[in-house]
Amino acid sequence: MHVDPEIIRLLAFLIGVIAFAALNAAYLVWLERKEAAHIQRRIGPKEVGPFGLLQPLVDGIKLMTKQLIVPAGVDPVLFKIAPILVMVPAIMSFVTIPFSDTLVARNLDIGLLAIFAFASVNVLGLLLGAWGSRNKYAVISAARVVSQNVAYEIPMLITVVTLVMISGTMNLSKIVGLQMGGFWNWNILNLSASPLMPIAFLIFFVCMLAETNRAPFDMAEAESELVAGTFTEYSGMGFGVFFMGEYANIVIGASVATILFLGGWDCPFGLFPGVHWFLLKMYFLIFTVIWIRWTYPRTTFYGLLNLSWKILIPISFVNLILTSAMLKVF
Amino acid sequence: MVSLFTMEGLSGLLFFCFIGLTLAGAVVATNARSLIRSVAGLAICFLGVAGLYYYLNSPFVALMQILIYVGAVCVTIIFAVMLAGSSELKQLTRRNGLVGPLAILGSGILVFALAGLALKTEWLAAPCRVNRGTVEDLGQSLLTTYSMSFELISVVLLVAVVGSLVLARQGRDK
Repeated sequence: MHVDPEIIRLLAFLIGVIAFAALNAAYLVWLERKEAAHIQRRIGPKEVGPFGLLQPLVDGIKLMTKQLIVPAGVDPVLFKIAPILVMVPAIMSFVTIPFSDTLVARNLDIGLLAIFAFASVNVLGLLLGAWGSRNKYAVISAARVVSQNVAYEIPMLITVVTLVMISGTMNLSKIVGLQMGGFWNWNILNLSASPLMPIAFLIFFVCMLAETNRAPFDMAEAESELVAGTFTEYSGMGFGVFFMGEYANIVIGASVATILFLGGWDCPFGLFPGVHWFLLKMYFLIFTVIWIRWTYPRTTFYGLLNLSWKILIPISFVNLILTSAMLKVF
Repeated sequence: MVSLFTMEGLSGLLFFCFIGLTLAGAVVATNARSLIRSVAGLAICFLGVAGLYYYLNSPFVALMQILIYVGAVCVTIIFAVMLAGSSELKQLTRRNGLVGPLAILGSGILVFALAGLALKTEWLAAPCRVNRGTVEDLGQSLLTTYSMSFELISVVLLVAVVGSLVLARQGRDK
């Protein structure tokens, strides 16, 4: 039987993308536990395998063998559909991320827009899951997720629009291509386009923390007040899938930050550009995300909203206007 | 007959999947007993429509459909239902038994008219299309040919923002 080679390529990328997402989710949990432990002067997981490296596999088996409990009062359809709605868009976003010059599943011309479109479905999944579980903690958490996501999507998208104006394209590979040849060409130091570029990176990073519900903005899953927020009623792999989606979103956020501001797969000194540089920058950003979580306490809800509406949005608007003025003048 | 294991076969299958999603979502949205389930059906319907836009050679519109209708409109509706409180727990029922059949009749006439119109219209062939549906073309026509409607829509949005602020302030004074 004749099979189109294009289909084999499609399948290979599909499996690759899902494997990458799942492996990252598993080992980022390990990284999170290890890093948290060392920040708190503990050792962290160490029993299973060297440095506890097999812990994620064992955890995965544990989660998969657990019974999937659907509590009596919940809306069963919404309850089951919600983890899928969180996980699938996250995997779809990986499709358009260029890890190197050649390593990209589908080089869409509007790749940047595709990532934000799929990321916006995430909130819907959390909302449906929370409402479906008919739990007060979950519903409070969902209300927080929505107001947080709406508030932080605005400065994030304005910053991204600034970047698109500078690059003139939404194709992620082309955006990286414009930054090649050393760290002074990266967008974070592109001071001739706008002197506020480092601050724009900071805004993007803070918004990424908030959009992925990471500390200090983890109001949605505030263990000390809301049990487990949206995930309160979930057990076993339902919970596991939610968490995989969560970590996949962090990987996507770090990848987009790397592509937009840190030159993607470009080497800082102009030597041997390649996928290793991309991964190095991306994992450094993820390391920082975890570092922040175990360093700073959770903010209050009003502090969170005020930061976005009163500080981040005005500054990102100033950056947008400044950049467009600079683009016109120079 | 195209084999399923070619690119055309697969894309045809996906096309039918999107049509199925659109129809199934619409049926769920109109027939579900709980309000939140209807919104979930609406979201599925929007996703299917986005897929259809993609097949109509306008990936930009498809992604905007997801970003705005699924990511913003559906979330806002659910949020509104959540804030409105316990009315969702009350199951939705039809007041009049005649409503269902009449609705089917009405939508049937609409489908018939639209299908007749689509079959009778002489569609322009592909080379005569105005543009390629890229972001540049869209932006250009929005800010030149259709700038009037573009500005009017922003006025409508501004009025909506101010109106909602006025309503919210009234509630706070009480």
